[in-house]
Amino acid sequence: MKKITLKLNNELRSVYVEPEEILLDVLREKLGVKSPKCGCDRGDCGACAVLLNGKSVRSCLVLAIETDGQEIITVEGISKDGLSKVQNTLLDKNAFQCGFCAPGMIISTTELIEKNPHPNLEEIKEALSGNLCRCTGYLPILESVQEATEEGHHE
Amino acid sequence: MAIINDFEYHKPKDINETLHLLAELNGKAKILAGGTDLIVHLKEELAKTENLIDIKGITDLNKIEISQDNIFIGAGVTFTDIIESQKLKEKLPILWEASEKVASVGIRNRATIVGNICSAVPSLDSAPALLVYDAEILVQNKTGKRTISIHDWFAGPKKTILKPDELVIAIKIPIFQHAGVYEKLGRYKGEDLAQAGIGIFVDASRNYRFAYCAVGPIPKRMKTLEDFLDNKEISDKLLEEAAELIPAEISPISDIRSSKEYRIHMMKIMFKRGLQKSVVLLKGGRS
Repeated sequence: MKKITLKLNNELRSVYVEPEEILLDVLREKLGVKSPKCGCDRGDCGACAVLLNGKSVRSCLVLAIETDGQEIITVEGISKDGLSKVQNTLLDKNAFQCGFCAPGMIISTTELIEKNPHPNLEEIKEALSGNLCRCTGYLPILESVQEATEEGHHE
Repeated sequence: MAIINDFEYHKPKDINETLHLLAELNGKAKILAGGTDLIVHLKEELAKTENLIDIKGITDLNKIEISQDNIFIGAGVTFTDIIESQKLKEKLPILWEASEKVASVGIRNRATIVGNICSAVPSLDSAPALLVYDAEILVQNKTGKRTISIHDWFAGPKKTILKPDELVIAIKIPIFQHAGVYEKLGRYKGEDLAQAGIGIFVDASRNYRFAYCAVGPIPKRMKTLEDFLDNKEISDKLLEEAAELIPAEISPISDIRSSKEYRIHMMKIMFKRGLQKSVVLLKGGRS
């Protein structure tokens, strides 16, 4: 076991891990962060996405030990001080059904807006394209992100 | 899902330390960069190792360097780094376009181009561009350096000629005035591996270069096609004639992603579409 220390949702956290432990499992089982989900477990579905040093990564494809000294943000961190604009719009428009893909969608959207506050539909589709949703057919999700990022949109 | 087989994790600080580790561990180590292939393989027991050497902490490997005649892309450079480089977009448009078509943002943020060629799956998106650019792979072990042409690099599906004690330092790509595209056929946008892919390079003196991925055991240049078109002005009639040479240049298989016949059919279409686009781009137009 090796002790690693990371900044998780703006808090310094230390945890003992084996080299072969996967970040997703450590987040959920040892650090109590439940928003990243295990969908495909091989990097295809996006349900386990987290922000690692500001960039979205698949936490099912990262070893926990690789994140020693790094910064991780999950949906818990994004909504620490209340829901973000995008989260509120997704809620208002009832954009999800089962909600399993929601954390990944929110992580990808957060990353996109950071770089590009007013993306067009093509840019939104490209940013969200690695997140699979089996319920909605994507339209309400795309519409919500579009609405929340429109220029001149007020809360 | 955890990884069943135990291994030790090493995080060297520089290239020298890595080369010593590789020598000392004598073949019982794997290099970890982005991990988007390797971690899946370790989980699914397609790969086993006693040691993982994580090279992400080595700043010397995380650089894109541009000299007068060449571009060097370090072993830690991710596809996102390539896409975010305006210089690479200008100077290596085919590679830039291919990088944009790799999987999705969450994978591109992590996956490295050197990792892509080391995994060496037949569908690797970066290979057609590297082949038409005549890229070279700069490799080092404890005792010395060597340079491997991309044309010699692939030894078979998922196999390269890299030796167990060697580390890829960078990919070296010569700079030419050119235009070109990477055409990729996938079932859907987002994660899919290429069903077929073709890189197309044209320059002002009517040199044409073509390379494929996913339609043969290893990615390759299409020399018969290049010789046939060499120094000719592209016309619709010539395109049709040239497209008929494609089936003999490739050797696709039928698998879960598509049939052999579909791949051959689409390669002809992607060739014609891509070459027409490239000629327009060369004349300064937009594709």
